Amino acid sequence: MLYREALNRAIDETMAADGTVVVLGEDVGLYGGSYRVTEGLVAKYGEERLIDTPIAELSIVGNAVGMAMAGLRPVAEIMTANFSLLAFDQIINHMAKYRYMSAGKIALPMVVRFPQGVSRQLAAQHSESYEQMLSAVPGLIVLAAGDVNYAYHALKYAIMSDDPVVFIEHELLYNKKGEVDFDADIDPFKARIVKEGSDITIVSYLKMVDDVMEAVPQVEKELGKTCEVVDLCSLNPVDYKTLEASLKKTGRIVVVEEDHKTGGYGAQITSWAAEEMFYSLDAPPIRIAGEDVPIPYNRTLELAAIPTPEKIAKRIAEWGKTNGL
Amino acid sequence: MNKLLAEEIYYNMVLGRTFELAAKEHYMAGDISGFLHLDIGQEGFSVAAMKAFEKGDVFTTYREHVMAIARGMDPRAVMAELFGKAGGISRGRGGSMHLFDPSHFFYGGDAIVGGQIPNAVGCAYARKFQGSEDGVMVIFGDGASNGGAFFESLNIASAQKLPLLFVCENNGYAIGTKITRVAPFEKQAKKAEPYMMTKEVDGMDAVAVYEAVREAQELIQAGHGPVFLEAMTCRYEGHSMSDPGTYRSKEEMGICKSKDAIERMESYLKTMYGLTDTQLQGVQRRAQATVDDAAAFAAAAAEPELSELFEDVFCKERVNASF
Ligand SMILES: Cc1ncc(C[n+]2csc(CCOP(=O)(O)OP(=O)(O)O)c2C)c(N)n1
Ligand SMILES: [Mg+2]
Repeated sequence: MLYREALNRAIDETMAADGTVVVLGEDVGLYGGSYRVTEGLVAKYGEERLIDTPIAELSIVGNAVGMAMAGLRPVAEIMTANFSLLAFDQIINHMAKYRYMSAGKIALPMVVRFPQGVSRQLAAQHSESYEQMLSAVPGLIVLAAGDVNYAYHALKYAIMSDDPVVFIEHELLYNKKGEVDFDADIDPFKARIVKEGSDITIVSYLKMVDDVMEAVPQVEKELGKTCEVVDLCSLNPVDYKTLEASLKKTGRIVVVEEDHKTGGYGAQITSWAAEEMFYSLDAPPIRIAGEDVPIPYNRTLELAAIPTPEKIAKRIAEWGKTNGL
Repeated sequence: MNKLLAEEIYYNMVLGRTFELAAKEHYMAGDISGFLHLDIGQEGFSVAAMKAFEKGDVFTTYREHVMAIARGMDPRAVMAELFGKAGGISRGRGGSMHLFDPSHFFYGGDAIVGGQIPNAVGCAYARKFQGSEDGVMVIFGDGASNGGAFFESLNIASAQKLPLLFVCENNGYAIGTKITRVAPFEKQAKKAEPYMMTKEVDGMDAVAVYEAVREAQELIQAGHGPVFLEAMTCRYEGHSMSDPGTYRSKEEMGICKSKDAIERMESYLKTMYGLTDTQLQGVQRRAQATVDDAAAFAAAAAEPELSELFEDVFCKERVNASF
């Protein structure tokens, strides 16, 4: 099953099971979604539950907040992270805060979904990632689907959750293939051990997990050691327990993120390692991240702006060698 | 419209379409990537609007290659930008959606729908402040007319009586969404009526567009405050190269293409100025040669240096001083 099909299935099943679930966004209905995530759903559930909105992101999220206040379970789709910026007021000032400000009287069972990240030559206004900003907002759950099985289970959870969820997808994952274990009991807040290893913990999320997996054989060959690869899955809250167990075993941690390094999300993980795990560390934690530049159109420059499997492998091997591996 | 101008507009329309067809081909061949939004079908509007609003600043969207060239940008620099080369107008960093050329007062590529409209309002304020008479034109789609940036801009521009020409290029669709499915009416000028003078023009008629934009610019220059022009157009291709465009019927497309602006301009030139088919073919050959040259230039142009990745994030002085 493809990643986008898994997402489609998750929405489909929750819509079938719960008549209060509605989907709203640009081209989500008749068009089937710009990444085909909502394909076929309008035929099943009608235009009242698959709401094609105008290009008005502030209203897409703002309306979803109102719908959720009134007892619906809206799933708002924003075409890409960059356009979510137009809705940041609604996401941060409204969606994230109503429960707290109302002393728990208002629940917002809603999801805002969007893809983010560098795709292929979409240039500066279509390539950004905003998990760092959104994870810094108390009151929002931020999930990042880097895997097909997780995407299915986590989105189902998110839609039925009574807390507002920002559900982040990646532009380049929609056609990723994977198995979905429909009967599995997946905890969406639990980090996923993608590969076990004993010497280096590599933490990542979204598409970078795949890039890390591509880099790992090279790292292991060069260092003669094994890597444990962790897909964080939930960016807020963070599954520190899983990270702690892994780090206690390996003593070394690398965080790989696609976004610009300064102020990036990975800093939360390395700072946690420094603060909480200092005495378990055998090497300084490092982050491998994108450059602090807007994403350029030219393909060579674009690839130079973000981590690639080659760059990840090279950096980890170098760091390993200078730190006793 | 005088003969010289009519010929100039016709040439640019043909050049525009030839350019877009070449861009499409090069996209399919892998020379161009990312989002490529073709202006095929809408060249009459794009060219005539640029030629009419000769002086003043122009803000527009990601569907801007034809406008950029009609505005005076070198087709070589535009094609090279689409190819992502250092010889491109944005040195390969912008791509198809971001063609900026302040030397032509052209800010041609906002890819955030509606995002350029408040910028145009600010620019109009600045021009008025600076004592310039030329005014500013902002072009956006029917889809953009549903966003907050649009409504806020109508209000501010009219409250401040700014020399701003709003031009809604209404092709009836925002990607796959027909305007009447998400707005209460087809014509977006209605939204501007409480704020300013509005006018509609057939966007498939270059001569009419030219006259309407001229007239509107004269009004804003005369201190009337903002004016709203709506041009009804039709795009022949999908929204971008990644859109198969299956939401429009053959019949709808047939009607739309029957109003072809280039053919219309050809009959105008024939009936008004007696141009012959041979003469028109001469223009087409000239356009083809220009586009072939632009594509050859783009193909041969150098890639940007890797160090350019870090250029122009900030001003040069700051970078040299390392902050
Ligand atoms: C704020 C924002 N939301 C969504 C998009 C995705 N998008 C790009 S173009 C487009 C349709 C725009 O339609 P319209 O304004 O009519 O312009 P047209 O493409 O028809 O010229 C959409 C939804 C975007 N670029 N920016
Ligand atoms: Mg449109």
